[in-house]
Amino acid sequence: MTPSSKPPSRSTSRDLERYAGLFAARTRVMTSSAMRDMMAVTARPEVISLAGGLPDTSTFPPATLAAVTARIAQESSAKALQYGPTDGLPETKDCIAEVMQAEGMRVDTDDVLVTTGGQQVIDLVVKTLVDPGDVVIAEGPTYPGAVPTFNAYQADVVQIDMDSEGMRVDLLEETIDSLEREGRRLKFIYTVPTFQNPGGATMSLARRRRLVEIANERELLVLEDNPYGMLRYEGEPLPPLYALDGGVYVMYLGTFSKILSPGIRLGWVVAPPPVLEKINVGKQGADLCTSTLSQLMVQAYFERGDWQEYVGALTEVYRPRRDAMLEALAEFFPAQAEWTRPAGGMFVWATLPDYIDTTDLLARALRDNVAFVPGQGAFLDGRGRSSMRLNFSASGEDRIREGIRRIGLVIDEQMALYGTLTGEMKALSPEEIEAAREADDPEEGARVVELRRRSEAPRRAGGDR
Amino acid sequence: MLKGGRSLERQVSLRSGARVSDALERLGHEVVGLDVGPDLIARLREERPEVAFVALYGRDGEDGTIQELLEILGVPYTGSGVLACSRMMDKVMTKHLLQAAALPTPDFFAFTQTAFRELGAADTLPDIERRLDFPIVVKPSRQGSALGIKFARSAADVPGALVSAFSYDERVLLERHVAGRDLAVSVLDGPEGPRALPIVEAVPRDEDFYDFEARYEIGRTTFVCPAELSPGVAERAQGLALSTYELLGCYGFARVDLMLAPDGELTVLEANAIPGLTDTSLLPQAAEAAGIPFDEMVARIVELALERSAATVG
Repeated sequence: MTPSSKPPSRSTSRDLERYAGLFAARTRVMTSSAMRDMMAVTARPEVISLAGGLPDTSTFPPATLAAVTARIAQESSAKALQYGPTDGLPETKDCIAEVMQAEGMRVDTDDVLVTTGGQQVIDLVVKTLVDPGDVVIAEGPTYPGAVPTFNAYQADVVQIDMDSEGMRVDLLEETIDSLEREGRRLKFIYTVPTFQNPGGATMSLARRRRLVEIANERELLVLEDNPYGMLRYEGEPLPPLYALDGGVYVMYLGTFSKILSPGIRLGWVVAPPPVLEKINVGKQGADLCTSTLSQLMVQAYFERGDWQEYVGALTEVYRPRRDAMLEALAEFFPAQAEWTRPAGGMFVWATLPDYIDTTDLLARALRDNVAFVPGQGAFLDGRGRSSMRLNFSASGEDRIREGIRRIGLVIDEQMALYGTLTGEMKALSPEEIEAAREADDPEEGARVVELRRRSEAPRRAGGDR
Repeated sequence: MLKGGRSLERQVSLRSGARVSDALERLGHEVVGLDVGPDLIARLREERPEVAFVALYGRDGEDGTIQELLEILGVPYTGSGVLACSRMMDKVMTKHLLQAAALPTPDFFAFTQTAFRELGAADTLPDIERRLDFPIVVKPSRQGSALGIKFARSAADVPGALVSAFSYDERVLLERHVAGRDLAVSVLDGPEGPRALPIVEAVPRDEDFYDFEARYEIGRTTFVCPAELSPGVAERAQGLALSTYELLGCYGFARVDLMLAPDGELTVLEANAIPGLTDTSLLPQAAEAAGIPFDEMVARIVELALERSAATVG
């Protein structure tokens, strides 16, 4: 390698100070995290990672991809390689209308803007609506990927607790009232009502109706993020908020990531025209337009007419994985643990006794080559430290079972140690732990409970020692 | 360039390694980067490097394991040897040595998990809590980058903090919390022997304790170098760092972390065999403040590695 091919000298500490002085104030909260650094270790092949949020793209037929791309190359090469309109190609919007119809929504394609993944919708909506210090309401826990976006625009995020029926809409109303009293400016409510990431819960129909009412009564915008709606493994679909509201106060975020491919980076937003116009301007500034090639790929793929069959095949792949995870949790996690039982989607949210810090637990679990996402990444207020997100879409049943078994062993170890430390429990040998587990009736079923607030969790004795 | 590896500090190691690799290439060396894994020995035998630059952190890289392997292969390597590394990696060992040499370090008690599981050590916790006063700092003995360090503000926090610390190591310590200023003194060997570089002070911005994230992120912690200290205090801190360096048998370079209490009392918290070499790391900042640019520092560290090897062989 010749010296001239090297980049210029990297920063010195003096440079560092210089750069730091140039950073915008908002970068103070735009930090990467220890968790992310630790996550780098989870990528090792020997690690069973229940940490990712990846769909299983190996299920997509390579021949279909080849046919679709070949067709674009033959029929619309120049167009595919060209810029496109900022709001997206009309033919892609037709595919979007088809997907939304399949989920019970009717949409005017003029209200649709195609985006570079669903993630861009979150960014554009926050960019359009939020001044520094404005309040955004989200679920607690919320989608961890939205956290850096909220932070980047200096949103003040207030998180509403969830239970097995999704966001506690009663608490939402109380919160809105108290925000009003405090004179704080609420801009929008962000929710993943169906198979929530990371909580796994689905908002009940009654709450959906009430949420839409609240939005109408108070003239508040709601951003409904619905990546997982079609990945349903049991029960009947519930109407999306958008269908209940008719698109007056509900903005809708959709994506092809979970029903086709996250690699094509294709999502969309449906919003009232005045909001959409601003979002359009914001998108021009961000990337001018979404990849024309990707948009044509979706169109070509949809013309084959079998996209719903693939989604159906995906649910057949994911359902047994979810079942395997729930069975393993019932078998290997301690009685004091709680977890959600998602009817669809990709995640289970588990909460351990409050003295277990799941970030530290991850460090221990990595020694046994298993990984999950510590819960604190799903909160902006320091909660979630005893919770974890477990993904079941990206691993086969055997690996899921083995991964949960290993995590369960590490939890047992930490609980036994805690018991010893507080004098609640005499120390147990590993053999005793094993024996106790075997005596446990695996048929007692999943302990499905509410995702509750830390402070409501039963206090452990020993605190007054 | 040995970097990466399996430790929790893998990312920091990769960033450090990249920065040092650039410097080595600018210095005219041919650099082969090795992400440390099961093929390490085979790769080293194949590449036959003149010197191995060790930019690894935590388990294996910093605890003497890699150093031992390099000794066996006869490959000269940067930084401290096996014994000093294993001493520095183990905070409990370091603190015992400091105490034995009458160098100041905060009071502490250390336990293994076995002591709690099999010897009823939990019964001594009330005594310990009385002697150390709250808050108590609970740390894993062998873990870098402040991972697993917890503050226990009351007796109720102690068991949970211990469980967290035991996530990282079999042995943990409970240490008296010293409120005050966080100082880092880097020591770099040179023609006139080891020399303490200008002191870096880490000033946390928001939190009451800067954690793993803050330590590596621009903007979360302000580093002041040289720290604003009276000449007397600076001299004492540097003296303490040098004594610690000698006591532990360090070679080439190391970083000693100290606390300065409001009453002017200095205590040694720990020593790091392989200080970070990332953009925000303290050793590069200190060297620069001493008029030693990054490349020159890297060059010196490599020369020292070759000198030691020559001395051993000769």
